[in-house]
Amino acid sequence: MNKINRKVVRTEDLNFWQKLYIPEILKGMKITIRQMFLPKFTRQYPEEKWIPPPSFRGRPVLVEENGKERCVACGLCSRVCPALAIEVQAAETELSKERYPVKFEINMLRCIFCGLCEEACPEEAIVMSKDYELTFFSQEEAIFGKDKLLMPIDELKDRLEFLRKYR
Amino acid sequence: MDILISLIKIIVYLGVLLFTVSYLVLVERRVSAFIQNRIGPNRVGYKGLLQPIADVLKLMIKEDIVPKLAYKPLHRLAPIISIVVALSTFAVIPFGDKIVLFGQEIKLQIASVNVGILYILALTSIGVYGIALAGWASNNKYSLLGGLRSSAQIISYELSMGLSIIGVILISGTLELDKIVEAQSGWRWFIFLQPVGFITFFVSVFAETNRLPFDLPEAEPELVGGYHTEYTGLKFGLFFLAEYANMITASAIVTTLYLGGWQFPYLNTFGISDFWLSIIQILTFISKVLIVIMFMIVIRWTVPRFRYDQLMNLGWKWMLPLSLANVIVTALIIYLVE
Repeated sequence: MNKINRKVVRTEDLNFWQKLYIPEILKGMKITIRQMFLPKFTRQYPEEKWIPPPSFRGRPVLVEENGKERCVACGLCSRVCPALAIEVQAAETELSKERYPVKFEINMLRCIFCGLCEEACPEEAIVMSKDYELTFFSQEEAIFGKDKLLMPIDELKDRLEFLRKYR
Repeated sequence: MDILISLIKIIVYLGVLLFTVSYLVLVERRVSAFIQNRIGPNRVGYKGLLQPIADVLKLMIKEDIVPKLAYKPLHRLAPIISIVVALSTFAVIPFGDKIVLFGQEIKLQIASVNVGILYILALTSIGVYGIALAGWASNNKYSLLGGLRSSAQIISYELSMGLSIIGVILISGTLELDKIVEAQSGWRWFIFLQPVGFITFFVSVFAETNRLPFDLPEAEPELVGGYHTEYTGLKFGLFFLAEYANMITASAIVTTLYLGGWQFPYLNTFGISDFWLSIIQILTFISKVLIVIMFMIVIRWTVPRFRYDQLMNLGWKWMLPLSLANVIVTALIIYLVE
């Protein structure tokens, strides 16, 4: 006998009481009623916020160290960005790093949160933050300039540590 | 004076019914949320208690869209039929015995029709017109399928529903609903005398009200929204209202026919004054109805939907013979006893 012509034996898996259906419904109701008194999984969102783990890729930000951005305006991030969301304009500075971005803009409507900018950055100057609440009323508002992108290094410690450990 | 009393009764009952319907939606949402380990709507007002008002307001403000190819008169008529039937079925249900207010003896039933059960059966059958016409007039295949399913389902389950009621009529010997309730004094509730009839009737009630194990007319995953796919705004609201009003009416009928209506076992022997007696009777009726409704809600979130052939199988091969056998056995026993 080959596999196709094998005789199929269907087992009768319901006994008389199960076929009556009503006792089974009552059993099911017992389960559903028990569920009503178990703890709930809902998070009351605006009041109770979710704090993501350091591996979370939220809004990309510029690291601010001693009141200045780390960025040297090399333009690698804007080069690697698959969604063409980043625009950098470089200028010279008196500081030891010699170059800094005059203009650094991320269009948050284009950003896909891939984290390639963070990977490409040689200075660890652009990293993904834990910020996931991004809402705008207009398209112009969605273009984040340096004022919104700079974030003090203290707030990014988790992410920087994570990057050093696992990248 | 009689007309005035009737009018007051009608207004009070309409108010109570519409209020209960809107809050029933909230109750259903909260209970289903609890069953699924969620919290449910709790934002509008204290613990979400104003949610129904927000819902109704939203439905009223929404745009009323009528499809271009719909047959407009029937499209407009269908929700009206549904809601009228759903609300008027309640008129014959006694929610208490008698109450003496301001020297007037008031019967706690809007209309004491001497063929009350026939009236109920007739009206519930008209109710299917609302659904079938809505499906047909929308000019949409999913709506039409929903409407057709509904009519087929109600035809097959109405038989067993009527036949299981016959058992009750045989024992009580009357078609008047208040007499039927009176026949169930003490613990002589018909659920104990007619257990099989109760089960067949209750299952048919689920099918008649399109509640979940039998909600094929609006089966969301298959038919988009079934017969109310093409309805928006207040017209959709009317269907929604009719569905829940039907649920209340159905559980009130179940209570009246099988669970003793407003009868509280041996209440007369407690020695309470007449006024409080009637109040307790009304409260008994309300709590019985609420228990049946809760049962229906929990069933909805427990049992999966039947397939169409399974529905027909159950209706014709099991429910109909069972209720027929119930009628014959009941008649035989009554014949032998007398």
